[in-house]
Amino acid sequence: MSNRKQLAAGLLFGMIFGFLLHKGGVTRYDVIMAQLLLRDFTVLKIMMSAVLVGTVGVHLLKATGRVSFAPKSGSWGQNGIGGLVFGVGFALLGYCPGTMAGALAHGALDVLLAGLPGMLIGCWLFAVLYPRVRGSLLLRGEFSRTTLPELLGINQWMLVSGLTMAVLLLFIWLEKTGL
Amino acid sequence: MTWLNEPLWSPYLVGAAIGILSWFTLLFSGKSLGCSTSFARSAGMLEGLLRGRKKVLRKPYFQEYKPEVDWQWMLVLGIFIGAGLAVLLSGDFSPALLPDSWQAAFGPGKVLRLAIAMLGGVLVGFGARWADGCTSGHGISGAMQLSTASWVAALAFFAGGIVTAGLLFRILA
Repeated sequence: MSNRKQLAAGLLFGMIFGFLLHKGGVTRYDVIMAQLLLRDFTVLKIMMSAVLVGTVGVHLLKATGRVSFAPKSGSWGQNGIGGLVFGVGFALLGYCPGTMAGALAHGALDVLLAGLPGMLIGCWLFAVLYPRVRGSLLLRGEFSRTTLPELLGINQWMLVSGLTMAVLLLFIWLEKTGL
Repeated sequence: MTWLNEPLWSPYLVGAAIGILSWFTLLFSGKSLGCSTSFARSAGMLEGLLRGRKKVLRKPYFQEYKPEVDWQWMLVLGIFIGAGLAVLLSGDFSPALLPDSWQAAFGPGKVLRLAIAMLGGVLVGFGARWADGCTSGHGISGAMQLSTASWVAALAFFAGGIVTAGLLFRILA
């Protein structure tokens, strides 16, 4: 695929993604904060529905040789620490990177004036720090296996089935409790 | 087609559609949904404008993540445009500096919101690049690939977020 077609495809997929994020309500600060305050579970419902449908689909596509993917390795130092830092920022800002882009579209001026500039500064600061941590902290506590089925030593379809059941039970519980 | 004008769709439907979307991005583009790398590339592009590209490309990080427009950068631009289309269809364009629930908890002060949003933005950018992904790259794409790193990252995002939100709204507010 030519570079131009690839970029056009990215734009089109992004437009669908952004349309869906707004229709789901997650381009709103109030919806994201209500999730982090555990008062409303819209964010989790969207993410886990996406993961559920996605997991089954991409593993079937991979098993039939239509796509290939290989998760990157990681570590507690990288994904655990970085993830916690992200989480603190997530709650202060009330948006994550993708929903920020969507929030600009409905007129979130706090994102335009502070969140987005801050995020660019944060990325740049990490780029500055990167040479000091890439050989040390980012490798601390490396995961022994890159995928959960390998890590847990179970068949991937077993895990997909178990995950499906767990997510469906979670949804039933959320609907019963009205969250 | 009134459903296109509805301001909110079922979260289960939206999530399932995002799941299906990720089959197609893999099939047609060989890529997964993700966002935060594009902000890092943009930061590099901005540094290039201010200090010259040579200085930027001396940084090992920007040698790995080139400051240029790629598939994912267009995806993020598309999110803005697609969300804009949804906003137009449902007519809920509502420019505001203070989100409702923020104002209810912290009052009408604009400087406080901007300061906290700026700090949050810095930590989101820094943390996403440290963790090598964000809520979409790890939380959706990596999670569906059953990546160990992504599940750890996604749990850490929400652990950090839930604790911080609790401290902010239950103690400071």
